[in-house]
Amino acid sequence: MIPLSYYLVVSAVLFAIGTAGVFLRRNLITILLSIEIMLNAVNLSFVAFGRQFGNLDGQIIVFFVMTVAAAEAAVGLAIVIGLFRHRESLNPDAFATLKW
Amino acid sequence: MPETLIFWGLSGVAILTSALVIGQRNPMYSVLMLIASFGALAGLYIQLDAPFVAVAQIIIYAGAIMVLFLFVVMLLNAPQEDAAEWDRTHPLRQPGIMRFGALLALLLVIQLTWALLRVNGVDVPVGAQGDPEALGSVRTLGRILFTDYVFAFEATSILILVAMVGAVVLARREGDR
Repeated sequence: MIPLSYYLVVSAVLFAIGTAGVFLRRNLITILLSIEIMLNAVNLSFVAFGRQFGNLDGQIIVFFVMTVAAAEAAVGLAIVIGLFRHRESLNPDAFATLKW
Repeated sequence: MPETLIFWGLSGVAILTSALVIGQRNPMYSVLMLIASFGALAGLYIQLDAPFVAVAQIIIYAGAIMVLFLFVVMLLNAPQEDAAEWDRTHPLRQPGIMRFGALLALLLVIQLTWALLRVNGVDVPVGAQGDPEALGSVRTLGRILFTDYVFAFEATSILILVAMVGAVVLARREGDR
């Protein structure tokens, strides 16, 4: 049997990979993908905790996280398409008009 | 012990492919790597006696959300950052301040690990408590979802509707009627 801590460490590593992606990458689509990695890392720890404490709430929350992720991806990608039409670029540095 | 081997295999694949997602220059490969990562995570969910979550992960994430991403990547036809730009802005080639992000991510993993390992009962093997049959049952899951969480469920459906309308409005061309 695998201790809970192993799952939590895997989850923490995945979350950190997602954070690093958001900080380091210069491509809007990859940044959105990194956010998905972070959401999945959190899902893993929800399911692991739910299994450990013997209730189903962890799994229920995962469904809501998935729904929110789907909504976020749809709206985010629509914004990306709109931005790409304006500047022909996916580099977030190209969209600095409002930057002071 | 096969269980442990499966765990290490799946989590290794999940972490490796996730690292490759942010290491690829071509967003198309990033999306495909992320699908592999989601598959490995679905395996971990099965190991945690959550088969329905695993199936939902494959169908919703790998099947729907990632196809949406692939569709946008293909639609925009901007498959990769050009090589000169990549070389100029690649974090590992930058001195000092640009590596700060990587440092912060490393710090985050240390903090998260430290915080998570202070949870009570963290060394107890997963699956020592609770009945795997009851925890994996879709029947119980559905009952809880439509009784205790019915408000959140309905709120989610409104969220989906708003997101759908928002996506249509945002992606519409100016002047389309």
